[in-house]
Amino acid sequence: MYMHDNQMHLQFVSLSQNEAFARSVAGAFFTQLNPTLEELTDVRTAISEAVTNAIIHGYGNDTGMVTLEGALDGDECTFTIRDAGVGIPDVALARQPFYTSHPELERSGMGFTLMETFMDEVAVESEVGRGTTVTMKKRVKAQASK
Amino acid sequence: MDLNAIRTGQRVKVQLSGELDQHSADGVRDALDALIADGSVRELVLDMSRVSFMDSSGLGVLLGRYRTLNARGGRLLLSAVPAPIDRILKLSGMYSLVDRA
Repeated sequence: MYMHDNQMHLQFVSLSQNEAFARSVAGAFFTQLNPTLEELTDVRTAISEAVTNAIIHGYGNDTGMVTLEGALDGDECTFTIRDAGVGIPDVALARQPFYTSHPELERSGMGFTLMETFMDEVAVESEVGRGTTVTMKKRVKAQASK
Repeated sequence: MDLNAIRTGQRVKVQLSGELDQHSADGVRDALDALIADGSVRELVLDMSRVSFMDSSGLGVLLGRYRTLNARGGRLLLSAVPAPIDRILKLSGMYSLVDRA
C-alpha cells in the first residue's frame, strides 16, 4: 500500500532552533537501519546542512515552512528537505566548495561539500522564487555483528 | 553552547560544551570575540572535547576567529577534537590554518 518500507513527513517553521530538532528526527528515523555511530553522525550532519540552508538561505529574514521527509527501503534511507523560499539561481555554483552567497555572514561555504561527502547521493532541484528541494540518500554498510 | 574560559598572559583557553550549529554560532562568535577583543591576546585555544556536534556553521565560526587572530600575528589552536569533528576539519582544510594543541 505504501511506496516504501517505512516513511515519515515532518514540517516545521524555519527557526534556527529547529535545526537540532530536525537532526534528532532524522537520526532517530535512520537509526532503524542499525547504522554505525559514524553513519549516524554523517546523516545528522548532512541533514543539519540542508535544513540550515533552507532556513538561512531559502527563507533568509522571512519565515516559512521547511519539510523533511524520510523513506526507508532495505538498507537505504532517502531524505528530502524542501523549502518554498527564494531558490538558487545557479545550483552548480552553489555546490562549489567554499562558495557562499553571504560572505558577510562569515559562512564557510562547505555545506554542500559536507552533504556530498557524508551521503551517497545528493540531488538539488531549485527554481528562483519557488524554492529548493534537496534529496539525499545513504545506505548502511552490512556488519557481521548486526 | 556553554563556554568556560581562562586567560593566562597572551593565551586564552576556552572549553566549549554543546552543539555548534548555525543556531548557536552567533552566541559563540560573540563570546569568543569578547574574549580575544584585547589585542594583546595572541593565542586562542579551543578545547573541543565537549563539543557534541558541529557542522559547517561551526567551521565558519572557527574560520572567523582564525582571521581575527591571524591579522594580529596570533594563532588559533584546537585541542581534544572528537573524531567526527576532526573529519570535518580535515575535509575543509582547516588544519592548514589552525594547529592542534
